[in-house]
Amino acid sequence: MTKILDEPRYVCALGAMQTVQAINRAIPIIHAGPGCAGKLAGSLAGTTGDSGYLNPQTYPCTNIGETEVVFGGENKLREVITNSLKVMDGDLFVVLSGCTTEIVGDDIDQVVSEFHDAEKPVISVATAGFKGTNIEGHEWVINGLINQYLVRLPKGEKIKGLVNIWSSVPSYDPHWIGNIRELEKLVSELGLIPNSIFGEYRGKENLDKVPLAEFNLLVSPWVGLGNVKLLEEKFATPYLHYSTLPIGAHETSVFLRAVGEFAGINPKHTEALIEKHEKEYYYFLERSVDVFFENRTASRMFTTVTDAANTLAVSKFLINDLGLMPNTLFITEGVPEEHRERISGYFKQFNYGIEANVVFSTDGYLIHKQIEQEDFSGAPLIVGSIFEKKLARQLGGNFVCISVPIKEKVILHSSYVGYHGGLKLMEDIFTSVYQSFN
Amino acid sequence: MAINIKSKMCDSREARLNSLTGYSGTLHDLKEKTCSGCLSDKKRCFSQASSCPATCALGLMSGINDAAIVHHGPSGCAATAIGIASNYDLLAEALHRDRKHFAYTCTDMTEADTVFGATENLANVIRETYNRYTPKAIFIGASCVSGVIGEDLEGVIDELHEELGIPIAPVHCEGFKSQIWATGFDVAYHAILKYIVKPPKKKSNKVNIVGFTQGLSWNTVTDIKRMLDILGLEPVFFLASTNVEELEHASEAVATFTTCSTLGSYFGIGLETAYGVPFVRSLPPHGVAGFEDFARALAKIVGKEAEIEVYLNEERDLYLPKLEKIKEQLRGKRAMVAMGPGFGANYTRILQEFGIKVEHLSAWHLDTEYDDGQRPPALMYLMENSPNNFTYSVNDLQNFEFMNILRNVNPDVFVSRHPGSTVWAMKIGVPAYCVYDEYNSFGYKGTARFAQTLLNIIVNRSFSENLAKHVRLPYTNWWMKQPSDKFLVETEN
Repeated sequence: MTKILDEPRYVCALGAMQTVQAINRAIPIIHAGPGCAGKLAGSLAGTTGDSGYLNPQTYPCTNIGETEVVFGGENKLREVITNSLKVMDGDLFVVLSGCTTEIVGDDIDQVVSEFHDAEKPVISVATAGFKGTNIEGHEWVINGLINQYLVRLPKGEKIKGLVNIWSSVPSYDPHWIGNIRELEKLVSELGLIPNSIFGEYRGKENLDKVPLAEFNLLVSPWVGLGNVKLLEEKFATPYLHYSTLPIGAHETSVFLRAVGEFAGINPKHTEALIEKHEKEYYYFLERSVDVFFENRTASRMFTTVTDAANTLAVSKFLINDLGLMPNTLFITEGVPEEHRERISGYFKQFNYGIEANVVFSTDGYLIHKQIEQEDFSGAPLIVGSIFEKKLARQLGGNFVCISVPIKEKVILHSSYVGYHGGLKLMEDIFTSVYQSFN
Repeated sequence: MAINIKSKMCDSREARLNSLTGYSGTLHDLKEKTCSGCLSDKKRCFSQASSCPATCALGLMSGINDAAIVHHGPSGCAATAIGIASNYDLLAEALHRDRKHFAYTCTDMTEADTVFGATENLANVIRETYNRYTPKAIFIGASCVSGVIGEDLEGVIDELHEELGIPIAPVHCEGFKSQIWATGFDVAYHAILKYIVKPPKKKSNKVNIVGFTQGLSWNTVTDIKRMLDILGLEPVFFLASTNVEELEHASEAVATFTTCSTLGSYFGIGLETAYGVPFVRSLPPHGVAGFEDFARALAKIVGKEAEIEVYLNEERDLYLPKLEKIKEQLRGKRAMVAMGPGFGANYTRILQEFGIKVEHLSAWHLDTEYDDGQRPPALMYLMENSPNNFTYSVNDLQNFEFMNILRNVNPDVFVSRHPGSTVWAMKIGVPAYCVYDEYNSFGYKGTARFAQTLLNIIVNRSFSENLAKHVRLPYTNWWMKQPSDKFLVETEN
């Protein structure tokens, strides 16, 4: 069977360098060819910020050339790590290997082990491009941090109410930072202390607190499951695996109840919090219901072409909150086989017994062919990547860009998560009403 | 030394042209060493990620509206397909050009493929890509993995060329092949010269313009057409939003010129060598001296020297008075430039025309000659005419080096040309301008516009100064006090 990647919506494992960069003052050291970092960052992050304290042009990199392909690149790696520690102002260094250095057989672990007693921690993660996707690479990087860094920290007491939050993959989900901040806000409103390692001014300080949390909260259908299991094994920290990234009132309230119950929060407190938020949320909705439902062009059926996390999040919102009906939904990030059946099951639990058929596919061409053939009884709403923009136009549909490649709007800090995120998604969906004759 | 368009592939710039990525010195030292032939490349014992020939070659070729690219590598290599998504569609749309036959697919190589090879799947992906999109040509992009495991791309082509009946061309852009990403331009144009361009049947009135865009920003394309019209010429822009048919006829053109000699010299010299299409070896058409030199050189080819002088006089009267006024305010300002070698030498000259003192020039690599054995005109001009002997460094986007230099130079403005380079100057409060569009200072009109833009950003420093107050560089204090060339070492051979 032909193995073809047509309209790629993910990159290779080395793309997990974005996960390292998302940890403030962590420095990725790339042991690969000269072009990998720039290309992966430009593609993944693009208009959503591939710069910051670092950008790929500041990543230390061995820039493997013909000499290293022939003679191996271990010496070069040793040199670059040594000098990275002198030049780069960082708290933590993560060596990431690429295809070439793994094929030529460099013993990267051996070289990195020589830096065991360096002033700053240096760890390594095998992220050769042919070994997996950037989403899997993200999990491997977190596992690397647990196995090679966190277990070496002095043991400490658990901190009451401290919750580690694991969710969207940095950069790969264009709204990652806004999503994580919104989850933190919700968790803290429950009376807990959120701890996330990603984003501004968190970094090593928060990373070091990970083993001290009372529990790990994973908000994702599959990515990160390996990490919270490993944290349970290493630090006896229980975890709550909550599969749906909550968007809008309905799902966010369900989320708050689940987390509150797991954490032993007084249900009265949780219900009061929900009531306050829902009241505000429906104030805004009520004011604009006519925009949503009195027009010629808004959609009543939808499809999604995005990763499992956003597919589940968006479809729950559109069905359980907004009252739309799903057509076939397409999950595009190459979900590992072992998670697929469970994930399909999540799409059989909507309100009123509504179910959605999901297809796991990485072939954009076939996905588009199938969408073209489906009946939307009107203008389809397509939630996907920039690859779906033309398709939506061709089908006379509406379009919201939610995943890589984004290239449609600049995203600084916005998010579709939570009560506020639901309102933001409504704004983005129904702006189309004013962009055509109605 | 000339280009052989029949050879299997073109070598790296390091091998063909002795181009280099490591140098630290001055303009005068560089001139002396270039002339005496004792300029040698230096290596680094600390380096940062730069770019590779594959990104360059296949990113550029993605502009061909009716060709398909099949990238033979792991998924990450095809990140270029994500990178170019939408941008070339928007260009094609603006130009009302058809792009529905374009595709960028990938063989998504896995670990097993690295052991057993994957040419069979490659052949299938080529077939499938053809069946889906019916492109007019297919380019097979090599990757580090396909190169290291020795995949026989030519073998696959032999099998498929007849079956599909369209040109299928390997692009030997393995990422480890060269530290100079501009090698990617050469391998792309080599594939085009070898597999796409046809021998001329008749002479056209076209002039090949080798650049990155079509001059749509600021509507420069209208100015270009107006000038070419006087010479009786019509432009054909390569490669952004071109098509296979235009490329096939490139050999019939009156001349070839390029907005960036780093980008266009291989194609220009190749077309001249193989098909006798004159390659305009003037300064690039930017700034006053550049535009005049270019316009006269092109006019000479078509024998319209008198006509071009009339045109130049009219344009001068229109735009130079304005430029002179702006220059009064720019005179004496200090600048640092960091760009590719062609553009860097070119823009340094323009800044000097404005009366700005260039204190340092960083080049992403350095070519001291092109494939015809001739020296780059913009660099030679600078060596002969620069009013001062500034410091000169060659570094392939080595941010730690040019930030160290920039902090010491502390200029009034930093002028760069590469995505992701401008912000770094702003982080230390130096206003910066990214020469993103290659027609930014085309002709007198563009030059006046560029001068005004520079003045604007020098006058209003709000953004840079605000940013600098709130961010810090990822470099240690120790590094910022070291000499910038500390990690450059002599090569052994």
